Amino acid sequence: MPIEVNGKMFETDEEGYLANINDWEPGVATVMSKEDDLELTDEHWDIINFLREYYEEYQIAPAVRVLTKAVGKKMGKDKGNSKYLYGLFPYGPAKQACRYAGLPKPTGCV
Amino acid sequence: MSEIVKQFLYLNRRAPYGTIYAWESLEVVLIGAAFDQVVSLAFLDDGVFQLTKQQDTTGIGMKNFSPTYAALGDYDVKKIFVERESLEERGLTIDDLQHLTWEDEDDDWAEKDSITVVSRAEMAALMDDADVIFSF
Repeated sequence: MPIEVNGKMFETDEEGYLANINDWEPGVATVMSKEDDLELTDEHWDIINFLREYYEEYQIAPAVRVLTKAVGKKMGKDKGNSKYLYGLFPYGPAKQACRYAGLPKPTGCV
Repeated sequence: MSEIVKQFLYLNRRAPYGTIYAWESLEVVLIGAAFDQVVSLAFLDDGVFQLTKQQDTTGIGMKNFSPTYAALGDYDVKKIFVERESLEERGLTIDDLQHLTWEDEDDDWAEKDSITVVSRAEMAALMDDADVIFSF
């Protein structure tokens, strides 16, 4: 189902992931999070931007374990743990944050 | 009851593009590694081309997935074997391949090499030692 962001339509797949990663703009994350009744804070954006950088470098969306470790390395142990990340993204940090970031569903996610 | 951890070896023998084997293999490896499978990768025959630097796929309309090999370290894939004879037969050396590393969390994130060049005989021994082999 396509989503509408600032008057523009964006194609998504059957699970709500953006069809074309290059279409992404920050408004996509805002609209998607509103549908989940989630207010995006700077802490959310840190993870979303981190995922986009990760994809840019490696061309994949990382599995949750890999994301957790990588966040811990870049932003410190207090953020690189499941409790913190699930606190921000209750539907699963890799799955939900990747969707907001316009990335495909992480490889290995079911 | 002790848990038996099986050693998985993924063989990559084909050129990176033209068929889907190389990308499929990499995806299966990432999925397995995400579930804590103990995996080793082996590159031989035309498979050694998968690891070459500076791949450019603009002319063939396929995604250049070679940057993804650099993420293997993040997935704790630390054992990547490349067959020396396969490199030599194709006029390649280790310097033509990406420098793949993993970071040792217990050693202050020290970067360690993932790739080991092995002889054909050593490659045969690796296959012999593996519990499960996937050939792509």
